[in-house]
Amino acid sequence: MILPLLVAILLVAAVFAWISGRWSSAWPRWISVFALAIDLLVVTIGWFAGSGDASNGGRWIQQFRWPWIPQLGIEVHLAADALSLILVALTLVVGLMATASAAGQRDRVGLLHFHLLLTLAGIVGIFLAMDLLLLYLCWEVNLVPMFFLIALWGHEDRFYASIKFFLFTQLSGLLMLLATLALYFAHGQQTGTYTFNYEALLNTSLSPGQAMLLLLGFMASFAVKLPVVPLHTWLPDAHTEAPTAGSVVLAGLLLKTGAYGMIRFAIPLFYTAAIAITPVMIVLSVVGILYGALLALGQSDLKRLVAYTSISHMGFVLLGIFTWNQLALQGVLLEIVCHAFSTGGLFVLAGMLQERLRTRDIGRMGGLWKVAPRMGGMATVLALASLGLPGLGNFLAEILILLGAYQRNPLWAAAATLGFIVATVYSLWIIQRVFHGQARPGHQIADVTKREFGILAASVGLLIWLGLYPSPLTRAAAPALERVQTTANTDSIRPRPAGGQNTPSTCLPLVPVTSLEGQP
Amino acid sequence: MTSTDFILLLPFAILSVTAIVVLLAAAFCRHHTVIVVLTVMGIVAALLTLPWLVRLAPAQVTALLTVDRYAVGWMAILGTITLGVTLLAWDYWRLRNERAEEFYVLLVLALLGAMILVAANHFASFFLGLEILSVGLYALIAYDRTRRFALEAGLKYLVLAATSSSFLLFGMALLYAHVGRMDFVHVARALSLDSDPRILAITGLALLTVGIGFKLAIVPFHLWTPDIYQGAPVPVTAFVATASKVASFAVFLRLFRQLHPESGSPLLVLIAVVAVLSMFVGNLLALRQQNVKRLLAYSSISQLGYLLVAVLAGGQWADLAGFYFLAAYTVTTLAAFGIVALLSPEDREADRIADYRGLAWRRPWLAAVLTISMLSLAGIPFTAGFVGKLYLLGAGTADGLWWMVLSLVVSSTIGLYYYLRVVFVLFAATETVGEPIPSTPRRRAWPSQLTIAVAGSLIVWLGIYPTPLITFFQRTILQLGVR
Repeated sequence: MILPLLVAILLVAAVFAWISGRWSSAWPRWISVFALAIDLLVVTIGWFAGSGDASNGGRWIQQFRWPWIPQLGIEVHLAADALSLILVALTLVVGLMATASAAGQRDRVGLLHFHLLLTLAGIVGIFLAMDLLLLYLCWEVNLVPMFFLIALWGHEDRFYASIKFFLFTQLSGLLMLLATLALYFAHGQQTGTYTFNYEALLNTSLSPGQAMLLLLGFMASFAVKLPVVPLHTWLPDAHTEAPTAGSVVLAGLLLKTGAYGMIRFAIPLFYTAAIAITPVMIVLSVVGILYGALLALGQSDLKRLVAYTSISHMGFVLLGIFTWNQLALQGVLLEIVCHAFSTGGLFVLAGMLQERLRTRDIGRMGGLWKVAPRMGGMATVLALASLGLPGLGNFLAEILILLGAYQRNPLWAAAATLGFIVATVYSLWIIQRVFHGQARPGHQIADVTKREFGILAASVGLLIWLGLYPSPLTRAAAPALERVQTTANTDSIRPRPAGGQNTPSTCLPLVPVTSLEGQP
Repeated sequence: MTSTDFILLLPFAILSVTAIVVLLAAAFCRHHTVIVVLTVMGIVAALLTLPWLVRLAPAQVTALLTVDRYAVGWMAILGTITLGVTLLAWDYWRLRNERAEEFYVLLVLALLGAMILVAANHFASFFLGLEILSVGLYALIAYDRTRRFALEAGLKYLVLAATSSSFLLFGMALLYAHVGRMDFVHVARALSLDSDPRILAITGLALLTVGIGFKLAIVPFHLWTPDIYQGAPVPVTAFVATASKVASFAVFLRLFRQLHPESGSPLLVLIAVVAVLSMFVGNLLALRQQNVKRLLAYSSISQLGYLLVAVLAGGQWADLAGFYFLAAYTVTTLAAFGIVALLSPEDREADRIADYRGLAWRRPWLAAVLTISMLSLAGIPFTAGFVGKLYLLGAGTADGLWWMVLSLVVSSTIGLYYYLRVVFVLFAATETVGEPIPSTPRRRAWPSQLTIAVAGSLIVWLGIYPTPLITFFQRTILQLGVR
């Protein structure tokens, strides 16, 4: 019962936040914070109280099933293993961050928090859904509040950005729906039971051609969300035009649903087909890393710049997923979490600057360190995290991914490493052009408030923690991550990934993760 | 004729009597409310006989009508739609200085035609129903005779509907010449038996499809749609968009399911081409519309294109898909036109998109319902439209109609743009251009508000918990296509 409660709390809070917005602008904020905090508590309780469900070989920590549309075999089937719970917890923490950053909003606060909480509820739903149709529902339905967040509270070009975002995700989502339906009928014709249940569908045997088409259907959706490079063009617009809270949720969470979808659904459901597309995905990921980083260099709009760095970082995530080894997958999880905080933090920062300076143009900033030293300090740490400074989480994540990739394909791993160099340039460039150099007249801005300092400090603290001691996270998620590459029935028949024979890729111990801590 | 036959004909009889009573009442007592109450009572009485009919169904009443669960199910939907339209019309005409009493006579007659159509199992009753419906509609569309657009629309509909009827008649004549029978069952059986390339039969069926295609407003028989939608008074537009299409689709599906055309038959190809064209043409032409009624017209063209996927696909999912999608479309369209009707001031209709600018801040509930309607038309989850679209995609996927399904996916994504544009306008900052529509709620507008509220809640309910309606439809379609 804990899992539906997680979503329900957010939904109820959303309605209350909306209603209370009529009387006061403080109420919605506190209701959101309160609901998210309660939800975090519930997640923690669920984590410790949940025992492995015996029927699933202890796979799920928590599970909930309720027949919803029995005629079609659609259930409300929520289940969580460590991976899901970590991501749900991440959702809630980033949600808190977004709520805190939205405190600067003055207009229609109730409605803002309504949409924010709905988006979060949808994302929690994505991370918990184990019924493919339910997954699709959550996937689609959280577009609507996100669309409103961009359309109502966004910046100048919000019409274009919000609709582009919606159309991209909708088209790719419908392809996923088609693939889901095809899988549903294929499974039904084989077994006679028509169901959207994830675990049942794992046992569907498909011809290679079918499997490839269905995988592409699912990947279309996940690749747009992640985004994988040729499908990324919605991202810079949406991230730039969204209000701060929206950008934080977009970058911190919505992109991650793409990665989660690949790890949880696309790969286990179509294992052999996924191996077949590995070379393409690796090339696309490296292209993404370099392309995103290079385009970030050329941006003058601060939010747009950060948006492009997201594309680059998500390239690492894709690379890690398609490297087929545990080390890289742990790197992916770390990158998912760390990127949420480093990029989320940078978006919060960009939001603060825009609130104060009424511009996002880097060319019109400069010399802000003198007036806002605390902001500058925090920004520096976040930028350093983004460029991959050892000791901060992102470094560990990306190095793990590169280690995994190197075992698989040294050449492409080396190419991806170039991304680090460009990242160094754009990160330091942000700091230099925004905070150092000639101060512009009239830029007497206030330094960070306590609230803002709290948001930034929390992100920085989490990044440092994950950079120094990530093993609680990786160890907890390890069993779930291992399952990705050892799906229930394909164990015996699955071919090993090409090139993986001579490296014990899946057998690397978890110890190196922690032993890397001390190295500079 | 046995006494059972009379019971089975009760809804038709009640509606006919209602039409006459309303006409006579209007002659003696020109009181709007009285007339509306009489109309509503008549329709409700007809609806109340339906459970009785279900117990006797299926039954053939004379050679012309089949009263089975399929027909009764559609009759229930048609009656409910007309109730909604009556309420909208009551509110609409009350605001305008127009003798509106005869309006309801025509409305009841149109409903009667639609009900005959869904029960038709014979070319004669098919044509009879269609003509009663059409003749009612000619007058309804042009009812507001002081408006130039209404007259134009009425005339246009008259000419085009007459043309399409002649196509239909010619098709029927060809089939009759070929088969020598007029009832669907025998025509279908005869057509399935002969193995020749039978040019006469195919031409006949194609002409029949043209006739129905006109009523359904699918490309290339769609040209009348935007003008009639724009010109007709909003309640009539709502009726044309819902009841008229529901009835035509129901009879089409009944005929089609009995024909059982084998795959690769020219008829299937014709319908597939028409469906894909409708999806794309409808959605593309809607993109730049500045008039809400025209936008909804083009939207309906594409929606009916989607619906044809259900006709092409076979199997249980397909029939359910047709039902559910059409029900969802109907409810949604009714809600949307209800809002247009409610917001229309006395001297014109609120049909420009600019009229809706910032509506969310002035009339939040109306804006919410309109938003939900738009999302439902776009097929976003947790609205009725989504479940309908899910069924259509499922039916297409199960049957391997990949081209149809992909066209549906791509064209509906194109369509999403204009639905979102409306939503965006609803929530835009208020800077009205031209004379604004009244922003304060009108007093005594409860009939429209009731219709909108019911339709709006149905959209959400059918989207979140579709199980009861699916069960209802499953019982209904049991009798479709039985030999």
